[in-house]
Amino acid sequence: MTAIKRPLRRLLGRSTPDPLPATAPVPAAPVEQPGVAIDIPETDPLFAYLQSAPGPVDLTKLELVSPALEELRVGGVALVVPLVTQGELIGTLNLGPRLSEQEYSSDDRRLLGTLAAQAAPAIRVAQLVREQAAEAGERERYAQELKVAQLIQQQFLPRELPQLRGWQIAAFYGPARVVGGDFYDFIDLGNGRIGVVVGDVTDKGVPAALVMARTHSILRAEAPRLIDPGAVLARANDLLVPEMPARMFVTCLYGVLEPETGRFTFANAGHNLPYVRTADGVIELRATGLPLGLLPGIVYEETDSVIAPGEGVLLYSDGLVEAHDPNREMYGFPRLREAMATDDAGSELLDRLLEELHAFTGSGWEQEDDITLVTLRRSLGTTDDAWSEDRPEIPVTRDDAPDASTAAEPILAFTIPGAIGGERAAMKRVADAVSQYGIEGARLERLKTAVAETVMNAIEYGSQGNPEIPVDIRVDVDPDAIRVRVTDRALSGPVPDAEAPDLVAKLEGLQKPRGWGLFLIRRMVDGMDVHAADGLQTVTLTLARDGH
Amino acid sequence: MNDRRLTVEALTSTAGEARLAMRGDVDVAADEALAAAYAAAAESGATRVVLDFTEVDYINSTGIALIVRLLAEARRDHRDVIAEGLTDHYREIFRITRLSDYMTIADGTSASPKPVGGTS
Repeated sequence: MTAIKRPLRRLLGRSTPDPLPATAPVPAAPVEQPGVAIDIPETDPLFAYLQSAPGPVDLTKLELVSPALEELRVGGVALVVPLVTQGELIGTLNLGPRLSEQEYSSDDRRLLGTLAAQAAPAIRVAQLVREQAAEAGERERYAQELKVAQLIQQQFLPRELPQLRGWQIAAFYGPARVVGGDFYDFIDLGNGRIGVVVGDVTDKGVPAALVMARTHSILRAEAPRLIDPGAVLARANDLLVPEMPARMFVTCLYGVLEPETGRFTFANAGHNLPYVRTADGVIELRATGLPLGLLPGIVYEETDSVIAPGEGVLLYSDGLVEAHDPNREMYGFPRLREAMATDDAGSELLDRLLEELHAFTGSGWEQEDDITLVTLRRSLGTTDDAWSEDRPEIPVTRDDAPDASTAAEPILAFTIPGAIGGERAAMKRVADAVSQYGIEGARLERLKTAVAETVMNAIEYGSQGNPEIPVDIRVDVDPDAIRVRVTDRALSGPVPDAEAPDLVAKLEGLQKPRGWGLFLIRRMVDGMDVHAADGLQTVTLTLARDGH
Repeated sequence: MNDRRLTVEALTSTAGEARLAMRGDVDVAADEALAAAYAAAAESGATRVVLDFTEVDYINSTGIALIVRLLAEARRDHRDVIAEGLTDHYREIFRITRLSDYMTIADGTSASPKPVGGTS
C-alpha cells in the first residue's frame, strides 16, 4: 500500500474534460504536491504504448522518443498506470517515486494493475455520462435558439399583402430548419405608392434575426420619409454600419412601385437582381451597390423601369437559386429564368415557380436556406378580376405532402391571431364556407367541433395564446373530400398526444378533467393528419363528401 | 371580448332539485359561472342538479372538462346530475365521452321554476 499512500497524481487522457492546469516541474518526491495533468496527444508514441501496455509502466526505464514522456518525467512521474477499457486508453494514474526511494515492487504493480482494471470502466461510464449531458444541454440550447430566431423573424413578416387594383401581388417565405435571415416587406408610402423590400442577412439564428429586425425597422422608418430607393438604402446603410456585428451584412433590394403607371424604381444593396417577364422574354433589371452594413457613405444606383400590363417582376432570395437536387446540382439562375419564361398567363407566377422548384429538388429535399419570393404582376385589363380575393394571406406555408388538392385554389384561406377563444369565429367561417358544398346537419356539426378543437390546439400550443403569433386556416374542396388545414407556428413543439381520456379515471380524480381535444377530433372527422416541418405544424382534417 | 360568455341561473321548482339554466358558450370562460352556480345549488340542499343546455349552442373540450369536474363533485356529494336540452350533436359527444353513462340525458324542462340565487 505504500505506493498509493502518495497522492494519486492525475494525468488526463484524451477525453477527460476540465484538465487541471499543468504544474511547474515538480522537484522529486515532496510528500504532498498537486497532481500533474499532462495531455498525451493520440499522435504521441506514448499513447499507443500505454494503450497496449499490460500493466503499470516504469517511466525511468522506458526508451521512447516522446514529448509527453519527457514532460511526465520533468513533472516527477515515475510510474504510469494506464486506464484502459475496451481497448481504449481513457486516462492514467501517475505516481512519483516511492518515499522509500525503492522501486515499486511487483506487489505494488499488481495492486495498481488491479485497481486500474476496476476503475477504468467506471471512469469511462462517468466520462460518457458527462459528455452526453453536455451534448444534450447543447442540443437543447440550440433548439431553443432556433425557436427564438423563428419567433423574431415571424414577427417582422407582413401579415397581409397590399391589395392594388390591376396588380396581383404574391409572396412566399419558406424558412429553412436552421432559420436564415430572409425578410420581405411592403411599406405604404402614400399617394398609392408601395415600397417593396426583399433582403437577406448573412449568418443564421438569433444574431441574424436581430439584424433582420433592426433593418426592417430602419426601412419602415426611413422609406416613407425619403421615398427614393437610393436614398433609403444609403440611409439604412449608414445607420447599420456602426452597429453591425462582425462578419455580418445585409443584402437588400428596395423598390418603389407606382401601381397606376407601372413605374418601378429600385436600388440594390448586393441582392439578387430582379427578373421581369415581358412579351419579348425574361430580362434582368440591373442596379449595383454594396450590401448594407459593410462600409459607410455608399451611394446606391437607382434603376427606373415600367412594368407593362401583362408583365411580372420577381424578387427572390439566394435560397431559391442555391437549392440542390438529390445529385447536389444547383437550381441556378438559368433554370429560374426558364421557369419564368415558360409561365403562362393563366397560372400564378409564384405557384408555378414553387412547383418547378419542388419538381427539381424532389420530395426528400431538406431546405438548406430560407427561400423568399415576391411577385408583382400587372394584369392585362384594368378590371378588378385580376385581383384574386382568395389568395391566402401570408405567410404561406410550404406543404410537401403529395396532395393534389393543395395545388388548386382553396375555397377559403385566412389567418387569425393566436388569441385564446379565437376558435369560435374560425369555426363559424369554415362552417359557412363548407355548407355551400353539401356538408350539413350532423356532419357539419362534427366538422365544426373538429375545426374548433384543432384551432384551439393551434392557439394554445402553436401560438401559446399569443395574439401576435398567427394561425393559418385553409379549406380545400375536391370531388371526394373537404380538407381543412390548420397551420400553427409550433412554439410548443408537437401537440402532446395525451393519454387517452378515461372518464372513470377523471371522475375519480386520477386524470385531469381536461384532455378531450384530440380524442374528439379523431371521432368527428374521417381523417386527421399532422405534418410538421420548418417550424410549422399543419393538422389536416378530412371529411368525405359522400359520407353520412 | 367574449359576448357569449356563459351565464348560469340556478333555479328551483320541486323540492330537492336545482336547475342550472345556462346561456352562452360552455368553454374555458365558463369556469367561474358554472362553479358558482353549482355551489349555489349545493347550498340550496338539492339532491338533483339539472344542467339545462337549451340556450347553449357551443361546447368545446374545455367545457367538457368543466362538466366532468362538476360531475365529479356531484358524485362525491351524492347528487344526481341530469342534462337537458342538448342538441343531437352534443348528445353524441356526451355519448362518446361516456358522460351519458354517469348522468341522465333528458328532454324538456320543468314548469315555473323559481330562483334560488347564485346567478353569475
